[in-house]
Amino acid sequence: MKNSQKSSRGKTKIIFAVGFVLLAVSAVLGITLGSTPLSFEEIKTAFIEGFDTTAGGKIFLYVRLPRTLAAIVCGGALAVSGAVIQGVLANKLASPSIIGVNSGAGLAVTLCTALGVYGGWKQSLFAFLGAFAVVMLISVSARKWGASRGTVILIGVAANSLLGAISDAIVTFFPEVGVMSNDFKIGEFSAVTYEKLLPAAILIMVTITLLITLTNELDVLTFGEDNAKGLGMNTAVMRTIFLLLSAMLAGCAVSLAGLVSFVGLIVPHAVRRIAGSKSSRLIPLCALFGGAFVCLCDTAARTFFAPYEIPVGIIMSVFGAPFFVFILIKGKGGHSRD
Amino acid sequence: MIDVRNLGVGYGKTSVLCDVSLSLEKGKFVSIIGTNGTGKSTLLKAILGMIEINSGEILVDGAKSAELSRGEIARKIAYLAQGKSVPDMTVGQMVLHGRFPHLSYPRRYSENDRKIAAAALEQTGLSEYKETPLPSLSGGMRQNAYIAMSLAQQTDYVLLDEPTSYLDITHQIRLMKTLRELSDSGKGIAAVMHDLPLAFGFSDKIAVLNEGKIALFDTPENVCESKIIGKIFGVELKYNSTEKYYFYDMKATL
Repeated sequence: MKNSQKSSRGKTKIIFAVGFVLLAVSAVLGITLGSTPLSFEEIKTAFIEGFDTTAGGKIFLYVRLPRTLAAIVCGGALAVSGAVIQGVLANKLASPSIIGVNSGAGLAVTLCTALGVYGGWKQSLFAFLGAFAVVMLISVSARKWGASRGTVILIGVAANSLLGAISDAIVTFFPEVGVMSNDFKIGEFSAVTYEKLLPAAILIMVTITLLITLTNELDVLTFGEDNAKGLGMNTAVMRTIFLLLSAMLAGCAVSLAGLVSFVGLIVPHAVRRIAGSKSSRLIPLCALFGGAFVCLCDTAARTFFAPYEIPVGIIMSVFGAPFFVFILIKGKGGHSRD
Repeated sequence: MIDVRNLGVGYGKTSVLCDVSLSLEKGKFVSIIGTNGTGKSTLLKAILGMIEINSGEILVDGAKSAELSRGEIARKIAYLAQGKSVPDMTVGQMVLHGRFPHLSYPRRYSENDRKIAAAALEQTGLSEYKETPLPSLSGGMRQNAYIAMSLAQQTDYVLLDEPTSYLDITHQIRLMKTLRELSDSGKGIAAVMHDLPLAFGFSDKIAVLNEGKIALFDTPENVCESKIIGKIFGVELKYNSTEKYYFYDMKATL
């Protein structure tokens, strides 16, 4: 028994190490690859002589670095948000993009832009409020009507459609808004600036750190309403806190990169298959693998057809969908009855 | 002692429990029986402070339960709800969460918590299943794992809502024996039961709920002799004094 415990801990350490290495490799690739490749020598020179003195230095500081960081924090945020929403709604089909949370944030960003607010804290706040409103609506209606897991997804699909329609209507009436362009709908990082990145990244880092301290609460919530209450948890308060935090993550990610879909669904599933459902492993691993996944996809999106660039959402779907089906089919036993 | 005094509970204008009084002492096993929808689960939830009470009071070791926080109640009373979900975690991880009410933010389980959880696994014979995922266990084993979690909670009282549902007869009897051992070891056990012979065979007292009221709260022998079971359930319960077991008298019923 002790041996199996030790081997389980050893396996967890290896998975974490792989996650860190993958994240580091994806960051290096994200920074060095692109329509104009950057060498380590150029980056080193920029650090010594100043970033504004060479073209390579400028590309590094103003293009690649913010973009790579944005892809990492955005991917981590959406994957963690997906894992939390799935846990709280006890529904593994749920994810920020599927149940309309991203659309809520997208509508809020569109409104925000129509009102003349571009980037920065205010946009992140608007996105968070939009995401939170939708996730609370879904959660409350699911509980009030005792909706089944399938119904929750259908409510989300309806919410997605409605919110998308409202966003489109706003763009129709205010064409100058333009944020609901195809790029925004599919998700992409080409327009990331430090002004947009910093507030969102700080909020995302703080929120993920907070969630890592709440992993036991997230586990207990999966015992079901009454058993969690029996263990002394104020389930209504905890559920609201979790949905608030997951909306914060989804909202920040959308304000940065638009409606990036899929990552909130496939990364938590993949991590569960590899490392199990224990939240203290699931949350940090989702942050690592989600960040690495989106960063690699973004690098692919701007290098595969360089100098042309395609939205990262397309790459994620092309590679993510078959991979997702693969892990579902190849998944180990023990998780098959959920 | 858990002392329920003249309890009244209702949802909106509908009264579910009316003037209910009963007590649960440490070291005793009380079974709560009654037909469907008569307020048995509501009674347990009221004791746990999960639903508001309209009248009366509930005292847990002398303190009014309405004035206790959820955490304070969870350190005194463990609760196993009906229709438990099957969390995707190992048996060991789940049992360790029994220590949840004893910690405050940020809840991190100590070496002592792990020792208590290991002892709970040992006591329920689940030590070798510590690393087994809960979804791959049988219904009986899962119920046992939930019992182990309540043991790790180290409470004086354990309330269970239909603990034997969906279990085969072997596991039902095994579970009742475990509950009996727990009450003999000093815990106060209250279980909502549908299987009358099992409830009567293992309990110290039977609380008969009928239409939201306590029809009788007495020893199994006295409840059986009172013939109230026949009136409420439409079946006769008899006692075989030689073999010492309760059984349904099918002839009288048919």
